Amino acid sequence: MIQHAACEKSIQEHPCYSEEASHRYARLHLPVAPACNIQCRYCHRKFDCANESRPGVVSALLTPEQAALRVDAAVQQLPQLKVIGFAGPGDPLANRERVFATCRTLLSSHAGLQLCLSTNGLVLPESVDAIIAHGIRHVTITVNALDPAIGARIYSWIFWRRRRRYGVEAARILIEQQLAGMAALIARGVLVKINTVLIPDFNDEEVARINQLVSRAGVFSHNVMPLISAPEHGTCFGRMGVMGPSEARLNEVRGQCAGSARLMTHCRQCRADAVGLLGEDDASLRREHSRVIPILQGARPAGEAPILLAVASSDGRLVDLHFGHARSFQVYRVHESRVEFVEERSVAQFCLGDDTCVEERSAIAGHLEALRDCRAVICSRIGYTPWEALLARGVEPVNRHASRPVVEAVWQTALRLRDPATRDRERQVLAG
Amino acid sequence: MALSITTACIACWACEPLCVNGAILVAHERFKIDPYACTECEGFDDPPQCVEICPVEGAIITADGRWMSPPGSLAGLDWEVAHVGNHACTN
Repeated sequence: MIQHAACEKSIQEHPCYSEEASHRYARLHLPVAPACNIQCRYCHRKFDCANESRPGVVSALLTPEQAALRVDAAVQQLPQLKVIGFAGPGDPLANRERVFATCRTLLSSHAGLQLCLSTNGLVLPESVDAIIAHGIRHVTITVNALDPAIGARIYSWIFWRRRRRYGVEAARILIEQQLAGMAALIARGVLVKINTVLIPDFNDEEVARINQLVSRAGVFSHNVMPLISAPEHGTCFGRMGVMGPSEARLNEVRGQCAGSARLMTHCRQCRADAVGLLGEDDASLRREHSRVIPILQGARPAGEAPILLAVASSDGRLVDLHFGHARSFQVYRVHESRVEFVEERSVAQFCLGDDTCVEERSAIAGHLEALRDCRAVICSRIGYTPWEALLARGVEPVNRHASRPVVEAVWQTALRLRDPATRDRERQVLAG
Repeated sequence: MALSITTACIACWACEPLCVNGAILVAHERFKIDPYACTECEGFDDPPQCVEICPVEGAIITADGRWMSPPGSLAGLDWEVAHVGNHACTN
């Protein structure tokens, strides 16, 4: 407990380690880690997982650069933000480069924030040095069993030493790695929390044993969480009809945990992209951030100079204006992995409606001038005359993103324009 | 000789960093394998790495259309047949 006293301040400001802190300090989870190296039977990789705090892999993913921008935005909006967590959508340590690259950026730009990560522990022992080198002082390991025979009922397989392993062998390796990693972290002064998902009829008997063992090892906190399971989750357990425990059963099992580790009961099983106070995941804030920073896969840095794109939008949110109806265009600069709003450029509206649209070259001269340094202009619709005139000036008219969010349209257009090599290669693959 | 990825892919990124040939192409919503780069990991002692980590049955197929991980193969079916009767589990 001596080392715990030394970290008391960081505990008091960490909403997951202190219930008191959970009411006062906010956390932000950065979904930068898509890949996973094990299969838990309560998780379906495609969909949001209720137990391992992750959104579906397809629905949200940030590059390290985008994650840093999300933190920039969150710091502005949430002054009580203290903790940045890495929790998924996969396993942070199965995505070490992405996670640690994000840490390096945050250590230089937001040194006051605490970094923490949660992991299944499979590759934890070999990651300990890097975890410490990247300023992470809080680690959560999910330990659901100590007996490999029980573990084999909870985990379908693991990816270990370049091969998939199944059953008892897989569970034995996973458990050994979890416990070795836990001991190594504690020896190095990292605060360790253990999560255990209580799965009725699977690991009821294990929970108290886990509590005893990890308490003796010097774990700071033990979090016994109820399995969340329903057929519509698409998980193995969900479809097999394995259900979560009742409140009474959960409390009963928690009551059997008598070890020295603080029993955490205020866990809200948050998402891997959660933001705000614990249990008050601010969905509107999450959406807000999604608008600021495009969350898209396939966003590979192209290493090219930034390009300018113009958008015809009435409110700056959706691509909803006819080219000729626009009184102004919003101009965005697209960098390697982020979008920056540059300015609004006014033009004289030349089309007053479908009937009176003149579409004459002289009428659109102002538009062409205003857009001359842009690579493309994104609008909902466009007439034939301005289309040709723009192309002649080297500005590509884009109308395929009508009614789509502006930032998404800008990003998709930039991806397409920016990397012809990849585009040709993909086209070749698709054709072949 | 090349493997390819079917529409079952959920774009979870697990395979991408493992590919020794850099053959995994990142596409929106699902990934693709560059047939000119994929060697099915020939010359290595280990089985194709994308197949070993892919969590989705039926997501990777051979050039002649065979499933690398057929339905039921990743679930540890023996255990499930013994314990839950006919309920199939495919993940």
